[in-house]
Amino acid sequence: MEWASQLCENRGLGSKMTDSKYFTTTKKGEIFELKAELNSDKKEKKKEAVKKVIASMTVGKDVSALFPDVVNCMQTDNLELKKLVYLYLMNYAKSQPDMAIMAVNTFVKDCEDPNPLIRALAVRTMGCIRVDKITEYLCEPLRKCLKDEDPYVRKTAAVCVAKLHDINAQLVEDQGFLDTLKDLISDSNPMVVANAVAALSEIAESHPNSNLLDLNPQTINKLLTALNECTEWGQIFILDCLANYMPRDDRESQSICERVTPRLSHANSAVVLSAVKVLMKFMEMLPKDLDYYGTLLKKLAPPLVTLLSAEPELQYVALRNINLIVQKRPEILKHEMKVFFVKYNDPIYVKLEKLDIMIRLASQANIAQVLAELKEYATEVDVDFVRKAVRAIGRCAIKVEQSAERCVSTLLDLIQTKVNYVVQEAIVVIKDIFRKYPNKYESVIATLCENLDSLDEPEARAAMIWIVGEYAERIDNADELLESFLEGFHDESTQVQLQLLTAIVKLFLKKPTETQELVQQVLSLATQDSDNPDLRDRGYIYWRLLSTDPVAAKEVVLAEKPLISEETDLIEPTLLEELICHIGTLASVYHKPPSAFVEGSRGVQHKRIPARAGSGESAESSDVGQSGPSEAPPAVIPSQGDLLGDLLNLDLAPPTATVPSVQPSMQMGAMDLLGGGLDSLMGDDSDTPGGRTEVQSPQPSSDYRERELGGDIGGSPSMGAGLGAAPAAMPASLGAAPAVGGGLGDLFDLGGGVGMPTGSYVAPKTVWLLAMKGKGLEISGTFARRGGIIQMDLTLTNKAMSVMTDFAIQFNRNSFGLAPAGPLQVLTPLSPNQTIDVSLPLSTSGPVMKMEPLNNLQVAVKNNIDVFYFSCQYPLSLLFVEDGKMDRQVFLATWKDIPNENEAHFQIKDIHLNSDVASNKLQGSNIFTIAKRTVEGQDMLYQSVKLTNGIWVLAEMRIQTGNPNYTLSIRCRAPEVCQFVYLCYELVLKN
Amino acid sequence: MIHSLFLVNASGDIFLEKHWKSVVSRSVCDYFFEALERATEPENVPPVISTPHHYLINVLRHRIYFVAVIQSEVPPLFVIEFLHRVVDTFQDYFGVCTEAAIKDNVVVVYELLEEMLDNGFPLATESNILKELIKPPTILRTVVNTITGSTNVGEQLPTGQLSVVPWRRTGVKYTNNEAYFDVIEEIDAIIDKSGSTITAEIQGVIDACVKLTGMPDLTLSFMNPRLLDDVSFHPCVRFKRWEAERILSFIPPDGNFRLLSYHVSSQNLVAIPVYVKHNISFREGSSQGRFELTLGPKQTMGKAVESVLVSSQLPRGVLNANLNPSQGTYTFDPVTKLLSWDVGKINPQKLPSLKGSMSLQAGASKPDENPTINIQLKIQQLAISGLKVNRLDMYGEKYKPFKGIKYMTKAGKFQVRT
Repeated sequence: MEWASQLCENRGLGSKMTDSKYFTTTKKGEIFELKAELNSDKKEKKKEAVKKVIASMTVGKDVSALFPDVVNCMQTDNLELKKLVYLYLMNYAKSQPDMAIMAVNTFVKDCEDPNPLIRALAVRTMGCIRVDKITEYLCEPLRKCLKDEDPYVRKTAAVCVAKLHDINAQLVEDQGFLDTLKDLISDSNPMVVANAVAALSEIAESHPNSNLLDLNPQTINKLLTALNECTEWGQIFILDCLANYMPRDDRESQSICERVTPRLSHANSAVVLSAVKVLMKFMEMLPKDLDYYGTLLKKLAPPLVTLLSAEPELQYVALRNINLIVQKRPEILKHEMKVFFVKYNDPIYVKLEKLDIMIRLASQANIAQVLAELKEYATEVDVDFVRKAVRAIGRCAIKVEQSAERCVSTLLDLIQTKVNYVVQEAIVVIKDIFRKYPNKYESVIATLCENLDSLDEPEARAAMIWIVGEYAERIDNADELLESFLEGFHDESTQVQLQLLTAIVKLFLKKPTETQELVQQVLSLATQDSDNPDLRDRGYIYWRLLSTDPVAAKEVVLAEKPLISEETDLIEPTLLEELICHIGTLASVYHKPPSAFVEGSRGVQHKRIPARAGSGESAESSDVGQSGPSEAPPAVIPSQGDLLGDLLNLDLAPPTATVPSVQPSMQMGAMDLLGGGLDSLMGDDSDTPGGRTEVQSPQPSSDYRERELGGDIGGSPSMGAGLGAAPAAMPASLGAAPAVGGGLGDLFDLGGGVGMPTGSYVAPKTVWLLAMKGKGLEISGTFARRGGIIQMDLTLTNKAMSVMTDFAIQFNRNSFGLAPAGPLQVLTPLSPNQTIDVSLPLSTSGPVMKMEPLNNLQVAVKNNIDVFYFSCQYPLSLLFVEDGKMDRQVFLATWKDIPNENEAHFQIKDIHLNSDVASNKLQGSNIFTIAKRTVEGQDMLYQSVKLTNGIWVLAEMRIQTGNPNYTLSIRCRAPEVCQFVYLCYELVLKN
Repeated sequence: MIHSLFLVNASGDIFLEKHWKSVVSRSVCDYFFEALERATEPENVPPVISTPHHYLINVLRHRIYFVAVIQSEVPPLFVIEFLHRVVDTFQDYFGVCTEAAIKDNVVVVYELLEEMLDNGFPLATESNILKELIKPPTILRTVVNTITGSTNVGEQLPTGQLSVVPWRRTGVKYTNNEAYFDVIEEIDAIIDKSGSTITAEIQGVIDACVKLTGMPDLTLSFMNPRLLDDVSFHPCVRFKRWEAERILSFIPPDGNFRLLSYHVSSQNLVAIPVYVKHNISFREGSSQGRFELTLGPKQTMGKAVESVLVSSQLPRGVLNANLNPSQGTYTFDPVTKLLSWDVGKINPQKLPSLKGSMSLQAGASKPDENPTINIQLKIQQLAISGLKVNRLDMYGEKYKPFKGIKYMTKAGKFQVRT
């Protein structure tokens, strides 16, 4: 002990003139010593003592006991000493509130000091003392400082308002500080403006609905002026604030872009990225044919590339954002592939991001280069990176169809290297390639089989087993191969066990004679010896299926599987749009909407890219646009996994859900629907409830594989349906179950049971031809769609004095080619005052001519008296066909594919239906709900409609509980139909 | 905004913490330490780490992790840029940025951090403003302060803080007025096995050291400004003038600063100064490998290539290397498997080479990975992009300053695959 303290003393002496001496006092009576020194008469000693105290504080020692002594040193004219004491105060005031009051007087006095530095320092420190009791004393000095003649003081005071708000929000509001702060936006000094914006933005974060940053063209102009003159940090605040503004039209949008563009050349990367955000958002409003639009696109590439030559941490954040940008606007960086090539000494987090972007940019034009690089990476040292590189080759194959062959041969080359983990990864991705291009590359199976023994990872084993099962008929010794896996059945992971079970059943169905024994073995292993419920249940289902109806089994197990596509790893379009509005933020790094993860998000506003002006329904869309971010409800298209989850909900609650009810394609529909969903239930439920967790992991890119495996475990997806419907029946009806009944029956009944819930709405008849104009013939009528047939229901009334005969009808050319499918069936002559109802079936194969309005129909009716002409308008729902349910994958792809400017927004007012009833109702008119998702009490329905002429219309309907107004967004390649589709929605929902 | 800052040294100890809002317990760093443990290399710690209540954003500089704690949505680049600024400031003040230097000056550090950020908002980050507020420590000043009891905190409001040129203080006086500009270019390139260029780009900067009296207004023009289509400027550069006339016009900060950085990426403009002939091979079943490497000048515009350093991470299976350099010295670290060869200057008449054999572990199979060769070099008096300064003029002051321009090319991330 003795010698130790001696040593300390010596070291203290040795390092004289530096602050490290403050660290060396570790003696017991340290506090007492400091106390004495603090109360010393000598100025110098005092200051040294305060320094020691601060040093102790910085290294985390508790020196709060010295509070009164330190505060006593506060009244000094020595600026450094004052600053040090302030430092101390800020740290400890909270723990000593009563003592802290002692400091108030000095603060108040310092706020009046002639030196602006001292005034600013005082107001700065005041705000950091987080003690309620003191806060109220500080209001008056703060108010003065906010109006101080010196801008340095004003800018400091602006930040102080934010501090105070954090401590006591009510007080700040009551004292009117927020208004003063808003006034500072118009301050003559740019630094003050920037700080006021920063403070307001921070306060607004906790007040989502307050209109704190009320942006109008005047304030925007002030901000843009300040932008040029303030510090780099101020520029970031101002740019982030600008990004929240909704320009009135494309001209304003362009002028803002023009004034923001110079920021792209700033040395501070955060300024650059914030500027990119503003530009990415506002350029959405510019017409694409504008020259400036092209110029702007060109200007965006160089700064983004430059960010990649910065330090690795900056690169990482930049890459995460570029990942979003290339998904939104691939054209910006399509020629810059090479900057994403990986350097061997890049940190792993940079390597992985670059790899991901390389795949996103891969196209037919550059695929050769990309593959050569990826192959190079597959020989790197870092195992994780090598694996990702191999997977990337698979993703390229799926993305760029023309390159698939080349990718497969690259993968085969890699398999030849015999490097264990490379081989395993390669087999996993080859399985995906088989899924995408069935019956194309089976020639490689032999090579794969050679590596069977080296596979030790469950995913690779499962993939290999899937391949063997799927192509059992082409592999001569498939039974031997699978049998060899069966030996260690119980040691395998669940994934492999499930796959093995399915593969053997597939094999049995393909080669029933030789493999009976094998299938019995696996079924008994799965049902009797396993304690995994998923495995057991699947075993039972196969068992019963095989023993009751092998034909059905074949249909189910060997059914065609939906193809996979590269869309699976894209971000949902509306989430992408929201993230684009958050470029440069944490949300953009995690690729999750801000509401998903910001601590205590007290209602984060959802931002949307503004709609392009002057397209389609400008009235409605600009209406929505004007209401701005504060009103725009959450607009997140569910990310992949959620969508699946929702499909699940749909499946398992048949009475209220909207399972497609189309008779001819019923069976297909049900299968399709269950295809992905249930398997993911089987796959995920065992360990993670809901199966949604995968989406929340920060790296969403890998999740598609899991689903793929899930998806193909079946070809047998319907298995699960039985499970869902009648799980209790399972064990009892084992052995020789008498009938298909139970689960399977339910499955196939599903469509019928729910089908035709309400039928389509038929409007009451209206008078089309007045008797006056029809020489006594009055025609009223309406349109209906019944069982897939379009009908025109007519009521003919003879108001003339003579009998009418020889009726005939003809249509002029119209937008959708409607034409009578048969003659007008008025068989008996129409006597005076007689009324007759006829139904005329219509076809859509007539000549087409675009009408104005679109749904206008010009009709000519002839009788023995004359020919009469009239025109009527039909509801577009007449043309909604029964097979208008889009596959969800296709839906996502199509939604993304349709340009944003083709999106129209509508409000449907005063609907008092819940989302299930609404979607049931809509389904009656062939508006199909593909998925439903609930976010923050808001139901979002994703719907598809197909017109007789093959036009697809996609819609997103948002329903807020308790709010009778629905928001409808419609996307269609032919934007002119949106308006009419909307009218149909309204018609159907209101009746 | 930025809540707190923790400084963590290479051995994983927190040696300094600073809080700008309420105190965040240092246990929050446990999440960082977890990530540190998982990372195979110190550089591989992810820059953004999420914890249940906070986000940790870190940068690694001079073997110190600067870990910033944030609680609400803050642009991560903003935080990273700020941390870089902190590092630069420390280096500026203490000459080096090391744990020892920071501990030696802990009070100044604390004062600086307090001055740089207010409630998490950046306050004063310009070096010249900070230096007016807080005098950098010098031995002389410390001695003087101890004797006279004066302080190293400025008593005046820093003048630059609010002027339209916040980067320059007023009343600058020099007896020798001089302005030096260094045009420094780094070549980043990946060369494939066969010697063809996969990617090549130039990162250029113009660093300046300007010591001029008063408020000089400078213009700098280039012979070939068209090269510069992707540039980032110091805030002092008048952007409009550049857009219109391709002339750099600015009132310079006092002292050292980076005037601009630029990026030349179109490949035909990037000359590759050296070529490498290599043959690194292992034979199946043999415990020996061959190693042959020859360097030669390629496109150097007649200038000498100097300070060449070749390094390569050899495969893990390599036990030792027995090589023979024709010039310079080489070392091989059997633990990290890092081979480095200090070549020096390349003599075009007698090309430097390094040849010999590598021994593998007995019975080990042929290594799977191909080592990459990393090259560092310098070429004096040459900006490899061809950028040339035309003239430098000064307005606003009467005296004649001394002007100087220097060019230099270096290899940045220059990698040759084998």
